[in-house]
Amino acid sequence: MKFAIEVKNLSHSYGNRTVLKNLSFPISMGDFFIIIGPNGSGKTTLMKTISGIEKLQKGQLVILDRPLQNYTRKALAKIIAFVPQMISVDFPFTVSEVVLMGRSPHLGILGLEQKKDLEIANQAMTFTGVEHLSKRRLDQLSGGELQRVFITRAICQESQIILLDEPTASLDLAHQVRVMDLMEKLKEEKKIAVVMVSHDVNLAAMYGDCLLLLKEGQIVSMGKPGAVLTYKTLEKAYDCMLLVDESPLGKFPQVTLVPQKLKTPRK
Amino acid sequence: MNLKTPFLIKRLLAVSFLFLLLIFVAMFLGLSLGSTKTGLNEVLKSLLRREEADPVLNTIIWNIRFPRVLLAALVGATLSLGGLVFQALLRNPLAEPYILGISGGSAIGAIIGILMGLSRFPGVSFISFMGSIATLLLILVMSSGQSILKKDSLLLSGVMINAFCSAIIMFLISMTQDYRLHNIIFWLMGDLSMATIRQAVILTAMLFPCYILIFWLSHSMNLLLMGKEMAQTMGVNIKAVTVTLLLTTSFMVSATVSHCGLIGFVGLVMPHLLRLLFGPDHRVLVPACVMGGGAYMVLCDLLARTLPEQGEMPAGVITAIIGAPLFIFLLKRSRQ
Repeated sequence: MKFAIEVKNLSHSYGNRTVLKNLSFPISMGDFFIIIGPNGSGKTTLMKTISGIEKLQKGQLVILDRPLQNYTRKALAKIIAFVPQMISVDFPFTVSEVVLMGRSPHLGILGLEQKKDLEIANQAMTFTGVEHLSKRRLDQLSGGELQRVFITRAICQESQIILLDEPTASLDLAHQVRVMDLMEKLKEEKKIAVVMVSHDVNLAAMYGDCLLLLKEGQIVSMGKPGAVLTYKTLEKAYDCMLLVDESPLGKFPQVTLVPQKLKTPRK
Repeated sequence: MNLKTPFLIKRLLAVSFLFLLLIFVAMFLGLSLGSTKTGLNEVLKSLLRREEADPVLNTIIWNIRFPRVLLAALVGATLSLGGLVFQALLRNPLAEPYILGISGGSAIGAIIGILMGLSRFPGVSFISFMGSIATLLLILVMSSGQSILKKDSLLLSGVMINAFCSAIIMFLISMTQDYRLHNIIFWLMGDLSMATIRQAVILTAMLFPCYILIFWLSHSMNLLLMGKEMAQTMGVNIKAVTVTLLLTTSFMVSATVSHCGLIGFVGLVMPHLLRLLFGPDHRVLVPACVMGGGAYMVLCDLLARTLPEQGEMPAGVITAIIGAPLFIFLLKRSRQ
């Protein structure tokens, strides 16, 4: 197996608005791959195309050496799990029920879980540390707990690739770190590929093995955080003034926003 | 380390056993009680050893009460299940089996049949069934293509069709003056009194495949509640599942409504009631709705025909009079 995902000449448009323009890049197995970029740069569309939610319009997607269109929905679900950004909790399922839903692509024709499925769900809950919540209902959870439950569900799916759409977006600082640490632990211990869309360049700098910076559906830069997160590429992508230096924690780039009032005339 | 949810298969068996018992008790009561007073052991004799029992009693039990009890059970089961499916598909707690306008088309058909002086079965039933199928086709055309997955457009189409049909129903009623008016009103309130054994058998054959199909899709309904995107990435073909569920449910509701009129409320309240008792897992709720809804309707119909000294009440009156307070009580208790 060469790559987890290979994107080849991928284009996507909504009506006559093109959001992804001829993208080509690989994602390696065992990588923490983070997609960053300004609003409307096509991050979420890219994620939805890879997960099979959006139909593949133009180009090719190769998942574990097989073209995407050769997979049935169920077969794809065994390989790719997806944690969406907006999660609705209209119906009062309990945490363990939701986690068990992750087993659905593996269930037989009647859709009933066996003992083995329960064990896998238990292990997933232990792994993410949500077993104490197992009997709680979704509407009784905080945003951070909810996010971890949905990640647990994705782990329970036992897929080799997990996609996450801005999982830290509405979380406080402690929960952000917790979610990111969890994904890193998952990558390290299960050797799976974690692909995440994020707005937080500093988190991306600290956790990402490989970053992809998008703007208007095209690749601005891709590679190690140190190579992608430079003043030049970031300013090109975001059109705003930024300061990039080294994090006090060492080896990572650190991006600081520059407010209008502190801007000095450029050379 | 243990998962505290009871193992699903055990839970399913327990719920099924409980409700099977319930529906048997309900049906037995339905067969035993009525305007002709009968002793319990005579009823048992007629049920178990038919040839030894009193022929008059046999006729009452097998030709009058049995079709009616069976029809009531089928109606309760179908409407509860229909409400459950629509509440899940439309993600709307107020959804009920009639929400897409099936009732309107069915009622127009039935009224036309009654005005034409046709017999209840097969005449009125047949035209009524055609009416509801026509509305179903109309909904499908109106929300054809991708928009069938957009619950709001589906919901709005249904509301509009219902409004339009109500206008026609009012018009037809206002033009009618003779004895047929009474028949129309009774049909609109829901009426099980004209049940025949042939009717009940035909309905059974039409409805059971629908129940099985819906049970088969029940786990997909669970996943759909997590949102379309997540359902898709867990292997659900959302378009196929949505369309199949919509068509199956509409078909089975059309079939029942055309035989018994617009019995209200059971389809709205039973799914909620059972959800409060057993949680939101549709793999448990589907069988619970079929058996629980059936038992509830049999009991309501029993009350409807035994409570009044003379004649009987429409069953729809009883379903709401008992169901609404029961539901509010359970809702209040679950909030605590």
